[in-house]
Amino acid sequence: MADRIPSGTRDVLPDEMRELRDLTERMRAVFDRAGYGEVYTPALEYERTFTRDGAAPKGSYRLFDEAGEVLVLRADMTVPIARLVGNRYASAELPLRFCYFAHAYRNVRPKRGQSREFLQAGVELIGAPGAQGTAEALTVLSDALEAAGLRRFRIGVGDQALYPALLDQLGVEAEARELILTELVAGDFVGVQREVHRLNLHGAEAELLLTAPRRRGGAEILNGLTGPLAHAGMGMRALLELLPERVAERVIFDFGLVREIGYYTGAVFEVYDPAHGLPLGSGGRYDHLLGGFGRDLPAVGFGLEVERVHVALAAEERERG
Amino acid sequence: MVEFDQSAPLRIAVPRGALFTETLDLLESVGLNTREVRENDRKLLFRDVGIITMRPSDVPTYVEAGAADIGITGKDVLMEQAERDVHEIADLGYGRCTMIVASEAGTDSVADALRRLGIVKIATKYPKIATQHFLATGRQAEIVEVKGSVELAPLAGLADAIVDLTATGTTLRENNLVIREQIVVCTARLIANPVADRLKASAIDALLSKIAQTVES
Repeated sequence: MADRIPSGTRDVLPDEMRELRDLTERMRAVFDRAGYGEVYTPALEYERTFTRDGAAPKGSYRLFDEAGEVLVLRADMTVPIARLVGNRYASAELPLRFCYFAHAYRNVRPKRGQSREFLQAGVELIGAPGAQGTAEALTVLSDALEAAGLRRFRIGVGDQALYPALLDQLGVEAEARELILTELVAGDFVGVQREVHRLNLHGAEAELLLTAPRRRGGAEILNGLTGPLAHAGMGMRALLELLPERVAERVIFDFGLVREIGYYTGAVFEVYDPAHGLPLGSGGRYDHLLGGFGRDLPAVGFGLEVERVHVALAAEERERG
Repeated sequence: MVEFDQSAPLRIAVPRGALFTETLDLLESVGLNTREVRENDRKLLFRDVGIITMRPSDVPTYVEAGAADIGITGKDVLMEQAERDVHEIADLGYGRCTMIVASEAGTDSVADALRRLGIVKIATKYPKIATQHFLATGRQAEIVEVKGSVELAPLAGLADAIVDLTATGTTLRENNLVIREQIVVCTARLIANPVADRLKASAIDALLSKIAQTVES
C-alpha cells in the first residue's frame, strides 16, 4: 500500500505547479508595482504571539519544543507580519508595505475547497489610516485578481463595527448582544430574528436590526440612509469616492458582512466569484493589532487563497470555452 | 465593463420526501412552474425551472458548495450539519416536527439507567443533536447511530431510549414508546450559499419578498 499523506494536504505536480507559479507571478508583479516588498516569516511561532490579541485562531496546530514551549503553525500571515513590524521596524518611516506568498495551516475538516495547508497571497499596509489606506488595499486586491485572469470576481465590503454599534445605540445588553452577533457571524438570519424578537424593541428598531444585515448591493444601497445607518453609509461613500472606477464597479457593499477573526476593527472584505462556492479571500482593517506588538499603528490587508483563485480561474476559462 | 450576469436564474435545491409537496406548492405560488418536477419521480435535474431534487440531508452539501444557489431543508438537517457554511435566510413554517427523547412506556428508562449506571444508551439518526442535548443537560450518554427504524432500538434492547423527529407521534405510539423530553421544534428553512447570497442578492431578495407575501396570505 502507498504511503499516505494527511487528509487536507496534497502533492503538487509539475502541470499544476506551473499554473500556480504563473498565477502568483502575475499577482507578485502587481504587488511589486504598488511598492509592496515581499517578506517571509517562520511557519512556526510561539503560541503567545497569536494569543496576545485574544484567542488564537480556531483550529491552529500546536506542538511543543524541547523546552516545553508551545509552538503553533501560523494560521494566517497577518499576525506574524504584525510581530515582524514590532521587532524589526520599530522606528521605520510610514507607511510600510509588505506582501507575502506563504502557506498557512488550519485544522479544518477537509471538504470541498478547504485544505489544512493552503497557500495565501496577500498584502499588509501598515500606518495608513482610514478610507485612504482601505482604498489602496482594495485597489491592489482588485488589480491582483484582474492580473490573475479572473473576469467575474466581485469584492464584498462591510464594516465590522457597524452592527455592534447599532446594538449599542439601541441599548442591547451584553449577553443578548453576544447571542445576536454569534448568529450573524454564522449567517443564521433566522437566529438573528429569533434573538431580536426576544429584545422587545419598538417595531422600527427591531426592523432596523433585521433589515440592516440584509442590505447588500452596489452604491445604490448607500442612498437614502437615515438614523444610525447614515453614519456607516457616509463612511462607505467616502471610501467609494477614493476608488478608481475599475475597482468601484467590482464592489458590493454589504452591511451584514462581519468576519469571525477577532482583530478586525473597521472595513472588512471578502472576494467572490460565481465560479466558486466559497470566498476566494478576505481581509480588512485591524487598527489595534499592531499596538500589542509595540507599534500602535492603523493597518489594513488582505489574503487570497491561491488554490481557490486557481480553481475559479479554471472554471471561468472552461465556461468561456 | 465588469462581466457579470445578475439575471442568471437561481438554482434551487428541493428536498424529496416529507417536505417535497409543500416545497413545490410554495415555489409554484411564487411563480415557478413545478408540474414537470411533480410528474417525474426519477429525474433529478430540471434545468428549465432551475430545480434540482435530492434527499433533504444532501441539500446543505449542494448549497455550501455552490452547486445550488439556494435550497430548502429541515432545521433538523441544519442542526445535524452545523459545520456547513450556509446562510439560513428564512423560516418557512411548514414541515413542523419536534425532536424528542422517547423510551418504552412504563418506568422512565433514561432516569433509571442514569440513576443506577450513571450513563444512558441513546439510539438515533441524529448523533450530533443527541450528543449536544445530553451534554447541555449534564448527563452521560452513549450515542448509538442507526440509519433507519430507530424505534426498534429500545424494543430490541440496543438502547435505553431514542432521540428522533416526530410529527404526529403515531409511529412512537405504535411501538409503545412515550415522549420523555422535547429538544427542539424543527420547520423547513430556506438556505443560501454565502457567495450566491451576495452575487445574486437581488434575485434572492425578490424571491424572499414573494415568499413573505405568500406566507402572510
